[in-house]
Amino acid sequence: MTTALPDGLIVVAKADCPTCRLVEPLLAELAGAGALTVYVQDSAEYAAALPGTLYDQTLEHSYRLGIEFVPTLIRVENGQEVERTYGWHKEDWRALSGVPTLGEELPVMRPGCGSKTLEPGIAEELELAFGDIRLQSREIDISSADDAIEACYERGWSDGLPVVPPTPVRVLRMLKGTTRAPDEVVGLMPPDLVPCTVEKVAINAVMAGCKPEYMPVLLAALEAALTDEFGLHGLICTTMFGSPMIVVNGPAARAIGMNSGVNALGQGNRANATIGRALQLIIRNVGGGRPGEIDRATLGNPGKYSFCFAEAEDSDWLPLAQERGIEAGRSAVTLFPGEGVQGIVDQKSRDPESLARSFALSLRAVDHAKLAMAGDAVLVVSPEHARVFIEAGWSKQRLREELERLLLAPGAELVAGAGGIAEGIPERFKDLQVPKFRPGGLLIVRAGGTAGLFSAIIAGWAASGPVGSSPVTREVTV
Amino acid sequence: MNETLLLDPTAERAPAQRARLARPASLEGKVVGLLDISKPRGNVFLDRIEEQLATMGIEVKRYAKPTFTRIAPTELKQQMAAEVDLLVEGLAD
Repeated sequence: MTTALPDGLIVVAKADCPTCRLVEPLLAELAGAGALTVYVQDSAEYAAALPGTLYDQTLEHSYRLGIEFVPTLIRVENGQEVERTYGWHKEDWRALSGVPTLGEELPVMRPGCGSKTLEPGIAEELELAFGDIRLQSREIDISSADDAIEACYERGWSDGLPVVPPTPVRVLRMLKGTTRAPDEVVGLMPPDLVPCTVEKVAINAVMAGCKPEYMPVLLAALEAALTDEFGLHGLICTTMFGSPMIVVNGPAARAIGMNSGVNALGQGNRANATIGRALQLIIRNVGGGRPGEIDRATLGNPGKYSFCFAEAEDSDWLPLAQERGIEAGRSAVTLFPGEGVQGIVDQKSRDPESLARSFALSLRAVDHAKLAMAGDAVLVVSPEHARVFIEAGWSKQRLREELERLLLAPGAELVAGAGGIAEGIPERFKDLQVPKFRPGGLLIVRAGGTAGLFSAIIAGWAASGPVGSSPVTREVTV
Repeated sequence: MNETLLLDPTAERAPAQRARLARPASLEGKVVGLLDISKPRGNVFLDRIEEQLATMGIEVKRYAKPTFTRIAPTELKQQMAAEVDLLVEGLAD
């Protein structure tokens, strides 16, 4: 709704504001000089004797006038604003009103107060009521429920932990974290293949506990997850363990305070915890990927609540995103179909050769020591372990090449039945040297606290590559 | 903040109103619980239902809340949920 402004002068005031009280006696004089409309934000008493006074109880007039301070004095001609001033500045008020003797007794200047329209919680309510934004999602009235969090549980919106109730105000705040329009479709969300809008992302981000500033990272993660290469549909449905894990690189990770250090793969950091959780809630709520229904995981893994961390970037080792084609200084997310975390304890290796052999031996356990070229893996190297390589001049790439060489194994030891174990690779590999991982299937990131000669393996979905899921890196934009 | 209105986080493929559990097509083979909330004469109502179900050959289990002034104890709710397929309770005097 837009209405023409009343010609003459408009004063917007708050009874609670001392400067507004100071100018209150002048309003009769202004009214005498011409048409005057007074909008009062907080009271029916202020300037009540004047015929042009209106208690702007809904704050609609104040909102539409874009008032930031009170008092604000506006001159309107032919329904259009031509000039405004705020606070009390004697000269400005005199010039704007055309009353040369206005406020003779008053001080030259007094600052005003903040407009009620900008008070916390009110600004968003007003934008929802009178602004241009139109949220499309269905509103669910839960006024009969005594607890909004319980109502969210009852509707099946939760991963098992409490969610933040997605009120329109909270969702609007979340949408401020991105410049993308609420109705923009990010992609088709599996498994139900329904269009997932930025607004639905924001709603689930609210529920997960995200801050608005996390939205660009979350949106990039979702876009990466929705690529054909990542194969989210199958990953959601599989009986195996994997689920989307997010590794964040670049300045965005630092800006939003992500943890790449002590306990990087654990709990306690809001951005790590809630970005990963938001992606899982989108899968659940928008995509319909719920365990026991289309999610058929035999065991699952705790990362299906949330699995998101940042790389502890080091000038001597190329960050994961840059290895995968992102320019230095840019931020990116890499999506990986991660299982759980398997620790590598090696507190004795002090040279890179020994430590690489140690890593290689441990990496054999991915999927099964007798399987090969099935699941990918992320090797998370802690700073103390990374130092062993860096001080010896080994780049990440060098470490990867050494591991690939060390992980070649005689097929005869891996084929089905070998070692008295029925599981194994097909007989045709018997006479070949077999790599553990498919080309490009071993990712290396540096993360963790600075104390501890421990690293970690995060195994991927056994259906890796074009038949299942490949890691996908996507730049973070606004 | 007003928390009585929430925005639907789902793809909105299900009705906004939460659906009740579907009524069973038949009581055959089902176990029916009868919960007496301990209001006077509730037992008269439930006794009569038990008689009728018994003539249909339906298995009945009887339960009672300690008092109608409080919600049912958790243990009782869990016991009923584990033991019966349907539950009937009489609400008034």
